[in-house]
Amino acid sequence: MSSYYLSHLKELEAEAIYVIREVVAQFENPALLFSGGKDSIVLAYLSRKAFYPARIPFPLVHIDTGHNFPETLAYRDGLMKELGVRLIVGSVQESIDKSKVMEETGINASRNSLQIVTLLDTIEQNKFDAAMGGARRDEEKARAKERFFSHRDEFGQWDPKNQRPELWNLFNGKKNIGEHFRVFPISNWTEMDVWQYIQMENIPIPKLYYAHDREVIERNGTLLSTSPYLQLKPDDKPMVKRVRFRTCGDMPITGAVESEADTIDKVILEVAASRQTERGTRADDKRSETAMEDRKRAGYF
Amino acid sequence: MNQLLRFTTAGSVDDGKSTLIGRLLYDSKSIFEDQLEAVQASSTKKGFDYVDLSMLTDGLKSEREQGITIDVAYRYFNTPKRKFIIADTPGHIQYTRNMVTGASTANLAIILIDARKGLMEQTYRHSYIASLLKIPHLIVCINKMDLVDYDQKVFDEIAMAYKAFSSKLEVHDIQFVPISALHGDNVVNRSEKMPWYGGATLLHILENVHIESDHNHIDARFPVQYVIRPQTKENPDFRGYAGRVGGGIFRPGDEVVILPSGFSSKIKEIRLGDEMLKEAFAPMSVTMTLEDELDISRGDLIAKPGNQPVASQDLEMMVCWMSQKPLNVNSKYTVKHTTKEVKGIFKSIQYKLDISSLQRVPDADQLQMNEIGKVNLRVSQPLFPDSYRRNRITGSVILIEEGTNETVGAGMIV
Repeated sequence: MSSYYLSHLKELEAEAIYVIREVVAQFENPALLFSGGKDSIVLAYLSRKAFYPARIPFPLVHIDTGHNFPETLAYRDGLMKELGVRLIVGSVQESIDKSKVMEETGINASRNSLQIVTLLDTIEQNKFDAAMGGARRDEEKARAKERFFSHRDEFGQWDPKNQRPELWNLFNGKKNIGEHFRVFPISNWTEMDVWQYIQMENIPIPKLYYAHDREVIERNGTLLSTSPYLQLKPDDKPMVKRVRFRTCGDMPITGAVESEADTIDKVILEVAASRQTERGTRADDKRSETAMEDRKRAGYF
Repeated sequence: MNQLLRFTTAGSVDDGKSTLIGRLLYDSKSIFEDQLEAVQASSTKKGFDYVDLSMLTDGLKSEREQGITIDVAYRYFNTPKRKFIIADTPGHIQYTRNMVTGASTANLAIILIDARKGLMEQTYRHSYIASLLKIPHLIVCINKMDLVDYDQKVFDEIAMAYKAFSSKLEVHDIQFVPISALHGDNVVNRSEKMPWYGGATLLHILENVHIESDHNHIDARFPVQYVIRPQTKENPDFRGYAGRVGGGIFRPGDEVVILPSGFSSKIKEIRLGDEMLKEAFAPMSVTMTLEDELDISRGDLIAKPGNQPVASQDLEMMVCWMSQKPLNVNSKYTVKHTTKEVKGIFKSIQYKLDISSLQRVPDADQLQMNEIGKVNLRVSQPLFPDSYRRNRITGSVILIEEGTNETVGAGMIV
């Protein structure tokens, strides 16, 4: 006698695949926003499962800030080959060169919020009507209120007080001309679920997520990797430490944690014992209490 | 194997809902240091001399300013036994639609009662919504037991009154727990103050309640979501039907019937990715292939010949209205049922429900936002629904307004 229930990972997988397929069925020109981070990697692998043996029926879009870890770019190009999927790159450097955005200056300069303009331009140029992303509700308090199908007006803005109710698994992707949707198939996953899924499915991920020796500086309690994009203060003392990254954003804002976890099993143990959220290492969220909500309203993920 | 349990809470600021959620998260060690530090900092900024755990759940600027929950917020925690998703919703009558939204996917609802106040209008309303949305399990938490000296008599009287009221509800699994969310009694840890209570703690119930039969495993239903046709050299003729099982159990070799065409065939294989499966049941997402080449598209239903839903163009349903613009008889909407989309027109409103007294109000000609009523809907093409009571997936619809594209109603087919 078999038992008719799923493990939590299998149920989350089934939900995410259902959402991804719903996007392809309801929209004419969807895309998957690929950051090179573990969440969007999992999303790419879920997409492959959803349509196998056919190829993934939408392109992957990477918003390239120019401040990426080189490991992220190498991984991205390898994955595109493996999945046989088209890659579209939106370049923040190009937006800066065309004077569409102003580069931030100073010690804590970041291109994080500049991405919004490049992202919206890329969506508009390619006429994408749905952009899927790997954002999760457990990451941040504004994201806890996000829908699976998140409506954006013609300016790409999010109106958190006027969201469509989302009932059962009946998703309403109807829109007027010029509007688009952001869709978050792994909304209900936690950081731990993502790691356990990577383990269960044997998904390769960039080496940045595993412990390695790296030159870092300590700033505001966070370890930042030295790189050409990070402006050093006179009293910054670069030192080599054994670290890993819990998220993979831009080099100048993604904090490393000291770690000996060099395998997926060790990473999972470390995440389980962790007393800080993964975004606790992100300088972009620390700007204000509602930093994420403000960026989301403007069109960020 | 870790299972997933989705539960919903409804409540307003003063009944301790946020404190209860904060307590569950805190005692199960699901709150991280940086989250706690952020909440501590804003509590201090507001001049509180305690840590306001409700700030963990109120995420939007306007919510934090006003100190109320406006929208559904989703929270996550896990124990070694289960992973939990909390749909945390506001409790006031003007947020009925948010409660309905949170309840639509829940296995379980927690109803909070203030031990000092007993059953209130809000208790009836939350319980009715849980019953209407067919949440299979209810836990009634009688909270603030610390303020009534942990008195068994208070607990017994409230439980008795609730049982009398709930005999009119369609919920079959109801459990009662005396708690103090503020002090943590019987939430995660057993209370030493209430030795008279022989039942389990709230978390213990959440971890052990039997949810295996919350999905329908009897009536085989597979709404086709998308047709996969690779048309490549390796797979020139592959035609797979992608979808999520809505009910019953499907196995390769099973005889199936396709609706509405009525064609029959046999399941050739069931797969997901490159893995071949021996069976599929709700809520699995799979890809099915059939022995015969048939014209099947999104919106069709694969069922079994001996157990088919009846085609229907006239649907009787309970509707919760969600739009500022009221529901009027003869108004037209787009109707989404599983993966199918049709047009619909409201033919009549049989009655609306006074959600405070649970009395039926006949002769209603409108449903306002947050009102619930029984209506008749005529649709442009036959649907193949089950009653919502029998299957929440194949018995539910949403209504979409043309022009604005807003989701304006949630319907449960009678």
